Amino acid sequence: MKRFWVGSIPFTFVLSTLIFSCQSEAEIEYQRYFIQGRNIYQTQCKNCHSENGEGLGELYPPLKEADYLRKNKTQLACTIHNGQQGLIVVNGKFYNQKMPSQTQLSPIEIAEVITYVTNSFGNKQGIYQVEKVNVDLGNCKE
Amino acid sequence: MKKLIWPVMALFALYACSNKNKETKLPIYGQRQPITKIVDGKQVTDTVYATIPPFSFVDQNRETITDKNLDGKIYVADFFFTSCPSICPTMQRNMLTVFKAYEGKNNFKLVSFTIDPRHDTIPVLKTYAEKLGAKANQWYFLLGKKEEVYQLAEKNYLVSVSQDNRAPGGYVHQGWLVLVDKKGRVRGAYDGTDKKQVQQLITDVQVLMDEANAKA
Ligand code: HEC
Repeated sequence: MKRFWVGSIPFTFVLSTLIFSCQSEAEIEYQRYFIQGRNIYQTQCKNCHSENGEGLGELYPPLKEADYLRKNKTQLACTIHNGQQGLIVVNGKFYNQKMPSQTQLSPIEIAEVITYVTNSFGNKQGIYQVEKVNVDLGNCKE
Repeated sequence: MKKLIWPVMALFALYACSNKNKETKLPIYGQRQPITKIVDGKQVTDTVYATIPPFSFVDQNRETITDKNLDGKIYVADFFFTSCPSICPTMQRNMLTVFKAYEGKNNFKLVSFTIDPRHDTIPVLKTYAEKLGAKANQWYFLLGKKEEVYQLAEKNYLVSVSQDNRAPGGYVHQGWLVLVDKKGRVRGAYDGTDKKQVQQLITDVQVLMDEANAKA
């Protein structure tokens, strides 16, 4: 068994180099953000915003094809880190509930979940890097 | 130990289901007592099943809702709070699915008890219910004294709830959707965060409706 594993190391190495070299650096980074972001979404956001990003009634706003995500790109990090309260409009509908702060998430995790959300549920905004999140967090209103 | 009641029951139910005989009868949960009576000079033993005891709470429209309002109705009950950051949104999303499946049926109700009466005042419950899309006369959001609600949850609906400042949102509770028949007897509990179990619940509501019709 041990021989098998040791023997398979070079093989895996060759295989993975093959796979990875076919993808660009940027693509790999995007994939990494997206996959991590999906895990975070499943555990931290799905309950309210739902599996497919539809939200729930007028209580929890949708992330699915949400114009809000495009119009408030640099605000999303603050929304997630500090939570959000007060009247907002998403896809023409009003929402006014309280989203609790997600202070347990680090800047990189926030970047990952933003990347996931803004590239799922019919959204396609590309990667949102941690460097941008750090700048955004410095500009939060609170 | 109490926390294990429904998981164990669920296993039981699974086992029962795997027995694939077309018998669509739901079990009756809770303690039961044999009662011996004299009928026509003969001794007969009857079984008395546990039922939900009398209660009196207020709903989102300030109407008093008691066990009498649910007498003769099939209903699904759950325990939640409006500011819950963890499982409740999912539970209530699934309750909404159940509601939609039987919307307008006047012998079917839904009951959501808040376990956070201090924050969930009547106006808070009303706003919540409306935004969720729940119809007031079919889906009650009930506010009551904390001790009474917790007792009912633990003793009668067999759902474990408690206040715990370390838990997200301040409360720990289980996400069971509890099915109760027209006589106030608990007939099943379904994981309110599991889509498959919620589908089973929707099917089982119909089983209870058919059972009631067959006897009528
Ligand atoms: C407890 C429920 C809850 C959780 C958990 C939650 N949100 Fe929210 N979220 C809300 C509510 C409520 C609003 C609307 C706030 C308002 O009315 O101003 C909102 C608004 C938003 C918005 C802006 C509006 C929109 O629909 O585009 C984004 C983006 C968002 N949430 C992302 C997230 C992400 C990402 C997570 C996980 C890290 C998350 N939320 C977790 C309840 C929640």
